Amino acid sequence: MPEVSPEPHKPAGTTTRSGCLPPDEGTPAAPVELEDAVPQPSRVPQPSRVTTDPTRSSVSAKATVSVLPVARQKPGPAPSPDPRRSDVDEWGRSEQVRAIARRLYDPIYRYWFRVEWDGLEKIPRTGGALLIANHAGAVPADAPAIMHGIERDLGRPVYGLADYFFRTVPFVGTLWSRTGGVPAHPDNAYRLLHDQGQLALVFPEGTKATSKTYTDRYRLRRFGRGGFVEIAMRAGAPIVPIAVVGAEEAMPILFRLNGVAKALSLPYFPVTANALLLGPLGYVTYFPAKIKIRVLDPITFDVEPGLDRYARSRVMDETERIRSSLQEALLDMLRERRSVWFG
Amino acid sequence: MGRRVLITGLDTFWGGRMAQALENEPDVEMVLGLGVNEPKVPLERTEFVRSDQKYSILNRIVRATQVDTFVHTFLETNSVSVSSRMLHEINVIGTLNLLAAAGSTGSSVEHVVVKSSTHVYGASSNDPAWFREEMHRTGPVRTKLERSLIEVEGLVRDFAEDNPHLNVTVLRFANVLGTDIVTPISHDLRRRLLPSIAGFDPLVQFVEEDDVVRALKFVTENDIAGVYNVAGAGKIPWTEVASIAGAMLLPLPPVRPRLFASGLIQLGIVRMPPEMEDLIRYGRGVDTTRLMEKGFEYRYTSAAAVESFARANNLRRSIGSAEPAYRYEQDVEQFFRHSPAVVRSNEG
Repeated sequence: MPEVSPEPHKPAGTTTRSGCLPPDEGTPAAPVELEDAVPQPSRVPQPSRVTTDPTRSSVSAKATVSVLPVARQKPGPAPSPDPRRSDVDEWGRSEQVRAIARRLYDPIYRYWFRVEWDGLEKIPRTGGALLIANHAGAVPADAPAIMHGIERDLGRPVYGLADYFFRTVPFVGTLWSRTGGVPAHPDNAYRLLHDQGQLALVFPEGTKATSKTYTDRYRLRRFGRGGFVEIAMRAGAPIVPIAVVGAEEAMPILFRLNGVAKALSLPYFPVTANALLLGPLGYVTYFPAKIKIRVLDPITFDVEPGLDRYARSRVMDETERIRSSLQEALLDMLRERRSVWFG
Repeated sequence: MGRRVLITGLDTFWGGRMAQALENEPDVEMVLGLGVNEPKVPLERTEFVRSDQKYSILNRIVRATQVDTFVHTFLETNSVSVSSRMLHEINVIGTLNLLAAAGSTGSSVEHVVVKSSTHVYGASSNDPAWFREEMHRTGPVRTKLERSLIEVEGLVRDFAEDNPHLNVTVLRFANVLGTDIVTPISHDLRRRLLPSIAGFDPLVQFVEEDDVVRALKFVTENDIAGVYNVAGAGKIPWTEVASIAGAMLLPLPPVRPRLFASGLIQLGIVRMPPEMEDLIRYGRGVDTTRLMEKGFEYRYTSAAAVESFARANNLRRSIGSAEPAYRYEQDVEQFFRHSPAVVRSNEG
């Protein structure tokens, strides 16, 4: 998934952009519990967890939040109070689809990856924040794990910003969008963070990270052009770095077939250890690596929000600072790790 | 002295609607409509002048009538109804001549309103979720319609730069649905068969036909210049459009969908103009904040626009077309407008 590239952007001031309805306005959305999404192509079962599952009722209660309003009915001669037939919001996310995805993914989250969080309380409970994380694996296991965990335990939806490429893939693109994926356009990120106060997850390394081979594991790639820092500055939102250990081993890439990728017009075509063992099934099956997630301290910038451009040097410095602190956290977590499979 | 407004395309849906709307305004002194054919809607006081789509007599009309406002509604925004040659004549050449007349020396024109379309943004996988007016399209221009509308907007932009003392307004309307308008999409919805691309369910916007007329009238009356997007609030998935309108989806293969649909298009079962292909693959959203900040209020959301169409369509299905067709009679219209025998209460 790519970095958000910097782009001049007109601040909206205090007004809310139309169409993008601010949260908590308009149709009072049913309180629903939210969770996780799948910003990737074919992977094992979809993320998920059951709202109605009695064994998890305590979490359900905790994780109650209003979803984005879908349609604000304007006063006037509109024919009927709410002509909407689905709950797909303006980003394409649907709570119904997510409920199914939750149910499917939750067992994987709990029993396959046995995801463990450290510092989850550092993620803001209200307001916009840009979550950034390291990215790994041919079909990355980190994004759904992060999104699922936050939505499950904090009850906040997370929008996963990802490559435009997903939009072009039939079925996968639609599913990705319905489960909370949003194309990583700087304007989309700004609206989510500033206008709507949502959590957005972005992987600043982009596909440079997911296409790297196993020999380069846990070595962070370049953080794009620092677009994510610029957007956080503009939106006045904090950046919350998240270090993930385990996703590298869940689907390690042994080597890449560039010719095949070109022929299929894919960003990369990996040959994974999973695929060598299991054949094509390997592209949808992860190794049961233990996933550990550590949330670092949120970073806020003392700059004036809403500007079109920020000093290049400052943006690049901040980018590098965040990158090295994330790298340091990863190395630290690896020092503490005794086993790939048991943590 | 009130406004003196000239409307292009009086014989088309938008020209007729706009004339009807302006007639009711007391501060609009005179409404003049140009049309290739006779008007299709009953009009009270609008003067009709037959003209070709190149507006060759426009200079004379402007001098003679001293109009101060042009409302240019006669732009084709779908490529089904006309050939590509005609599309170019109507959109580009028509606009060129219209602007030439508006900008000629001694012209009385102070405000030019152009009805464009959000097709100028195209639809591509690299698009932002919401286009603001100053954003550029991200994908290449693939269809004749888009090329023609972009060219029109270029002409209008140049015109505005060359004539800074004039108010120039461009309204970009999203796809329109409503009780009466016939568009390729409404045609397919009436047939209850909506083309879609398998595996894609894009988010789209609609604007209701009444809001289109209200927006045109709003910028005309308030002398608002600039470029504005006009679309109902919210976006809805394509599948939901079909479900609100009670239509069945016709999934086409993701590769070359129009090729597979060509038989049905030839037979007239579905209308799927080329500019719709990317729309039903990637969808499109435009930010309408700018016009709302000027004080415009929508009556319909995107979903409500579809609902409005659906309700009208249900009625049509039961009782057929509600109103008898109107026929313009030159003599009768001239009599009511100009004969000394007619008592006009608002005169004197």
